[in-house]
Order: sequence, then C-alpha cells, then structure tokens
Amino acid sequence: MRRTNLTDSLKETPSQTAGPYVHIGLTPNFAGIAGVYPHDLGSRMISDRTRGERVVIEGQVIDGSGSVLRDALVEIWQADAAGLYPSPNETRGSADPAFAGFGRCPSDQESGAFRFETIRPGPVPWPDGRMQAPHIQFWVVARGINIGLHTRMYFPEDEAALAADPVLNLVEHAVRRPTLVAQSLGGGRYRFDIRLQGADETVFFDI
Amino acid sequence: MSSNAAPERGTFYPRDFAWHPPAYHPGYKSSVLRAPRRALISLENSAGDLAGPVFGHDILGPLDHDLTANAATPGESAIGERIVVHGRLLDERGRPVPGALIEVWQANAGGRYRHRKDGYLAPLDPNFGGCGRVVTDADGAYAFRTVRPGPYPWMNRPNDWRPAHIHFSLWGAGFAQRLITQMYFEGDPLIGHCPIIATIPQADAIDRLVARLDMDNTQPFDSIAWRFDIVLRGRKATFFENRPEGM
Ligand SMILES: [Fe+3]
Repeated sequence: MRRTNLTDSLKETPSQTAGPYVHIGLTPNFAGIAGVYPHDLGSRMISDRTRGERVVIEGQVIDGSGSVLRDALVEIWQADAAGLYPSPNETRGSADPAFAGFGRCPSDQESGAFRFETIRPGPVPWPDGRMQAPHIQFWVVARGINIGLHTRMYFPEDEAALAADPVLNLVEHAVRRPTLVAQSLGGGRYRFDIRLQGADETVFFDI
Repeated sequence: MSSNAAPERGTFYPRDFAWHPPAYHPGYKSSVLRAPRRALISLENSAGDLAGPVFGHDILGPLDHDLTANAATPGESAIGERIVVHGRLLDERGRPVPGALIEVWQANAGGRYRHRKDGYLAPLDPNFGGCGRVVTDADGAYAFRTVRPGPYPWMNRPNDWRPAHIHFSLWGAGFAQRLITQMYFEGDPLIGHCPIIATIPQADAIDRLVARLDMDNTQPFDSIAWRFDIVLRGRKATFFENRPEGM
C-alpha cells in the first residue's frame, strides 16, 4: 500500500457491482439463508416508541427498457421527526433513540417492489443555513450498477419547501426535478419509483 | 471502538469517478440498460452525508466472522481451502476507520452461490451459507475466516468466468462513504479475462482489489492468510470552523 504524503494521498478502493447475489450478503434471511443472523439489517426502522408521523414508501427500480429490477437492493437514510440523524456523527443534538434512520430492502423477487415503513423526517439545514425540504436519501445497488447510485426522495405536499429547496434548485433542468418527488397514495402511503434511464431518468447525485 | 484522535468533522474528498468504473460499460452487458445516462448532479456534503448509521459490535454473533462455521451443522465445517482474509479499513488520509461494519458474501468452494437463481452445476455445500460480517477494531483492522471461493461461469459472453472473488460491503462514518466492491486473489489467471474487472479503467486501480498472499499471517496446519486493505473516502481537515452552527 502506498504511503500518504503531501502530494500523494491514498485513493479510494474502486467500486465493483454488487452483482446478482447481493441479497446473500446484505439480507441473507430474505435470500433463504436463515439462522446466520437473527434478522436482516435495516429491516425494521420504527417501533411503537418512535416519534413522528408514520409513512410507507413503496416503489420499484426500472431499467432502460422499462423492465423492473428484481435483483436490486435499496438503502435509505434519513433524519428523525426533529430533523436529527440517528448517528454518533450527528453534531446538532441527539436523535430519537427509538428511530433507526436506516432502512435496507431487497427488491421483491416477483414484483421487484421495495417497501419501507418509516416516519416523515423533519427538515435539515443545508450547509449555508437554508432549510432543505424534508427528504430521504436513497442508495441503489444491483447487478449491472457499477457504483452505487445516490438519490433522494421528497414529499409532494411540501410545495413551498420544495420550491425553496437548495438541492432541487441545483437541478438545472427543472423538468427533471419531479423525478425526486414521491407520489402520494393517501393515508401516509407514497410511491417512489427509481428510473435508471429514459426520458424521466431519476436525478442521481455525486455526494 | 473509540479513538483518542479528534473526531473527523470535515466534508469528504470528492469521489474520483475517473478512477471508479463508469456506469456504462458495454463489455459488462448488464450495465447497458442499468447505467444512468445523464450526468450526476454534484452536491456539497450536507448533514445526511457526513453522518451515517453506525453498527456496533453488539449486533455481531460469535460466528459472524467465520463463514466456515456460521451456517454449518455444529461440529462440521464448510468444504474447501481454508483461508483467513484480513486487512485494515483506512481513509484516504491513511487514518484507520474504527467501528465500521464490513459485510461479505461469496460462492462456495465449487463456485456455487446458495441462491435460488444460481443454477450452476457445481454442488451446494450444506455447511456453507456464504455471508459474514465483522466490525473493525480501533486500528481499523478486520479478519474473516472462510473457504476460498471457486470461479464460476456467468451469462455475458458465451464463455465468461468470474475469477474467485469475495464481495465486500463497507460502511464508514458518513453515508457518503458507502461502498460495495469485490476482492480478488493474487495470481488468479482469470483476473485478466473478467469483463466486470475490466470496467475499471486503470490497472493500478484494479491492483487495489487484489488481495496478497500473506505467509506471515498464515496459520500452519490451519489456514492460508490473504491481506486486503480497503480505503474509504477521506475527510478534509477542518482548518477553520466557519460554518454556521449545526453543520
Ligand atoms: Fe459473485
């Protein structure tokens, strides 16, 4: 391994696709490998004690032919109802201890659907102090995806906050911004599909 | 877990997308319809990128790091060449990443995955599941015990075979460090024939995924050791705290 000095720092380990069997490693119980871990990491984000408005987010990951991916894995990461991240690296306060903030869901092997039961996040400031609209970060890996894809989901009701959101406003082509906004199905249910290609390709981020 | 070093608060070094494989690489056919075709929108890091979920040693079972035993009937063991895979998780500044979850998965010694979609004729091993996980120690060090996975054929060109490999999922301190990659074995002649490895543009980047035979840590009459160090994105030094309170 090279040593770091003023001109030559270490480079990040290169990414490789998660491949078609990512579920063996990351959700083995789902993959039928029972009993190695008591439960799959990220399979439960909330409990009865979690503060905040319950929401359910469902969607599919769709390829450039319009076909649904059945071998993807989706992870989400979000703030609690007060806008704090449940992480030791959260510097602004202490998040709800009854909220995980992290969810992981494999695509259903038949329908390709992912589903998260979580809470509506509170607003989080952008580095310049402006408030971002409430949002959930998404990360998608699968066979054929060479490096994990970051995107984020917003809530459609937050019209004023969406119009002022610093990230949405960085998306130069305003016509693409709706790819980041979920569709309300009523009763706290939302639909958020992720399109890897096509006219309505989801906006992905280099964070 | 805890370290005496000051906690890192800076934003992450930008990701060098010329070093990572591009999304679209027709030699790897599955990427053709799954590669975003628009440019990524570059964001400065915000609170959700700098923080991330952290999983402690308390989630680990006693055999989580031992793939030869964690899905085996008690007293039995997975079939294959016994190996130890170990190394350190560092950041781009060479600092250890302690308390970080590493999850791995792999085929068995015959090259077969325990998965309903893997129909390769190599047999399943009743004593091998193929998943494992560890949390790095205060020096960023980790170790797994497993069996060396076999190469396997896959649907791409008519005669494509994956070199022996172990899939790695890495967590750092912030969600922006999230990374999935694969580890290969030094000397494997299939490395030069693999379209998935060939998605990586530079030879020195590919070399970083090749574990080295580590005779010094090989355990006589037990297991051959392989060394694989992993580097996550580094954090910029925070020279001046001129950010608004809360970031
Ligand atoms: Fe594989």
